Parts: sequence; C-alpha cells; structure tokens
Amino acid sequence: MRAAVLEAGRRHPVAFTLNGKKVQAEAEPRLLLHDFLRHVLGATGTHVGCEHGVCGACTVQIDGQPARACLTLAVQADGADIRTVEGLAPAPDRLGVLQEAFRTHFGLQCGFCTAGILMSLDAYLRECPEADEQGVREVLSGHLCRCTGYTPIVKAALAAATALREGSHA
Amino acid sequence: MKPAPFAYTRPGNVAEALDALHQSGGEARVIAGGQSLVPMLNMRLARPALLVDIMQIEALRRVEDRGGLLTIGAGVRQRALETRADLPQRQPLLAMVLPSLGHLQTRSRGTVCGSVAHADPSAELPLALVALEGTVHLRSARKRRQVAAEAFFTGMMATARTDDELIEAVSVPVAQPGLGYAFREISRRHGDYAIAGFAAVAGESGVRLAVGGVASSPQARRMPADAGLDDALDSFAWDLDARDDLHASARYRRELVRRIGREVVREAVRDRDLRRTRQEAA
Repeated sequence: MRAAVLEAGRRHPVAFTLNGKKVQAEAEPRLLLHDFLRHVLGATGTHVGCEHGVCGACTVQIDGQPARACLTLAVQADGADIRTVEGLAPAPDRLGVLQEAFRTHFGLQCGFCTAGILMSLDAYLRECPEADEQGVREVLSGHLCRCTGYTPIVKAALAAATALREGSHA
Repeated sequence: MKPAPFAYTRPGNVAEALDALHQSGGEARVIAGGQSLVPMLNMRLARPALLVDIMQIEALRRVEDRGGLLTIGAGVRQRALETRADLPQRQPLLAMVLPSLGHLQTRSRGTVCGSVAHADPSAELPLALVALEGTVHLRSARKRRQVAAEAFFTGMMATARTDDELIEAVSVPVAQPGLGYAFREISRRHGDYAIAGFAAVAGESGVRLAVGGVASSPQARRMPADAGLDDALDSFAWDLDARDDLHASARYRRELVRRIGREVVREAVRDRDLRRTRQEAA
C-alpha cells in the first residue's frame, strides 16, 4: 500500500476549522499557511514579517498552541483547529479582555506585530492563568516589536491576566 | 521567501514513509514539525522534490520509558516532552535544556528528532544527546541501525543518516543515582541559537562535559572534577578549533569554554551531591 502523493504545482483540497467555522479551499503543497489564510481565504488579520520564523508576526494557534503560520504548510494544517486574531473578539463591535488591555495600556503603536502577540498571549494566559512578568517576557521573546519597547505589552498582558482571573471567579 | 515547488505525501505508517523515501532516490525530505526544515525551504536552501510528512504516524508519537532508557519517537513534539510532569525526575538534563530551545511558538510544533536531524552545531538537543551518550535509531526500507550520538553528528548540519533513512527515535539513559547534571548556554537573547552551549554529567570519577556551538558539531570530553580542571578545559578549548563568525570571535568562544565550562562542571558536581543527599534523606 502506498500513500497518496499530492503533486507539486497542482492545487489540492485543504479543509480545517478557522475560528470555529469549517473552511475548505485549494492549495499547492508549497503554499505557506499565512498565504493560504490571507490570499485564499481572505483572512488578512494574520500579518507576515520575516517568513522564517523569527519575528513572530504571523503567529496563530494550531490546535490550541501558538505556532508560526510561516513555518507551517497549508497542507499540514488539513484537519486542524486554527485560530487567528479574527477569532478573539466576542462580537464585531466588542474587544476581548486581552485586546481591551492592549488598548488601555498602549500595548501597540503601528500594530504590525500585534496580531501574533495576541495569539501567543491568549494561548499562554489560558494555559497559565497565574502568569507573572518573567513568564510573559519569555513568551514575548518569540516576537519582535520595534515600537513599544515591550514594557506596555507586558503591562497589558499582566492586567489581562488579572482581569481574566477575576472574571472567572465572578 | 516562498518554497520552490515540491510534492507532498502523508503516510499513515512507517513502512509507507520508508517506501516513499526509498522510491525518491534521495530527492525526498522528511517533514515532522517543520520548524527547521520550512525556513530552509522558504530560503530555498533546501529544494526537495517530495516531502514525507510523518506526523500522522501514530507509532512514532510515543515516549517510552523502559529498561533504563527514555526513547523519544520521531513524532514527539518538543513542547510535549517539556510538559511531561516526570521529565525532571526521569532525565533532568532534557528538562533543563528544553525551555531554552527556540521559542514557545516553535517548540509547540518542532519535534525532538527533527532538531537532531537538522544538526545545527549550536542546537541544544544534539548537545544534550552527546552529553548523555544517547543513541539515534535509524531505519530504512531495508534495515534498522543504531548510531551513538557522538558518531551521528559528523559536522555542520551533517549527520550519519543516509537519504533513505528515517530517524525513528532517539534514546537517552534515564537519571542514575550518583549522577548530577548541569546546562548553560550563552546567547544574546532568550531563544537565540547559542554562541556556545554547555551540558555536563557528573559521576563518581569525573565529569563528562559537552560543548556546542564552538566546533562544527557538539563535542564531549571527560574532565577532572577538581585538580587539573583548568588545564583540561584549556586544552579542550584549543582542540575545539573555534572559528570567528558574525556572532563571536574564536578567542571569545575559547574563553567561554574555559570560564563557563568550569562553572557548568562545578554545577554538575553540586547537583550530584545534592541528589545524593536527597536520596539518603528519603
């Protein structure tokens, strides 16, 4: 028995869950996940920076874990549960707790890196509700931000952690 | 920064994966987490005709703790090993090394065996594997073989693996009573590849010190625990044949081997003594 081979230079069906909704489209084997999201599905919230895994701008969640979309092939994501920044807000006119904290604490200026940072911190705060500054800084080490100097981002993350803890007790 | 075209297959078992590697005549590459390979594809430093994705293969996703060995399958992600509750007790050196490896966002996808296959001279897992005298389990359509970690890493991103072989697993001995462990690396920022990395295993008669990022592959040598340590470190530093590069000079790297090497050897000895005291108390 030989496994099926997806031919180079041809498009093949790829299906996954994107922010809770089933999506399906076609991709060449070499298409990177961020290009599939942006150009094929039109989900342009995920940004693209360095395209070799260093800057963190394209970070999304794959099966609940933060991961680089630029280091993932669209075909590898087949069958996965993908979350992007578009999935964070509870409604089109409302921000999520973490997003609101970024606004309050000036956690962004140009905003280019923000989508990726939000996806990392969202996963981290879920896994580690008692997050401290060191933990947050370690997560942020996987992201480059050239505007803020990171301090407001750390403040926003810690404020969101507190708000989420209090929210869950209420 | 987009990969050149390649075909892609996702076999459901090891035999199919090995068959695909065999049939491709050296033009295929194995992809697991992709955290080392996809950057190479994006930069077109690698241009395989076929990618064989092994992450659907259930049999490779296991960590076995048997017969004094921890055997980590090719599908085990770095983060999965890092978050095993018993890892600090079963193999402390791996528990020390894993949080320094890349970033949370790459460990979530990257595999242990993938990092070993990539064989970057500064990488943490090859260093730990050499320090622990681990073994790489290779398998092709025709045969299986085991290679000692020290012989597996043959140079800068070069290994003893042949094109039709899959790294099925790597194994390391579990922690033994009477041994102590230490790890440190010097890098500009957390998550960067190390300028130099150090891993040590202290036993009764001496300390095995492994150094990464200085020679073209991680190298290990036995060090005396006290008298003669500085001399031994000095000759080790010279023998590693350090080179100047963008990140540090050869002279700086030799100095790291002398100074950080000494600290890590002593830390491993302290760790050994601490473990012994704890064991006696228990």
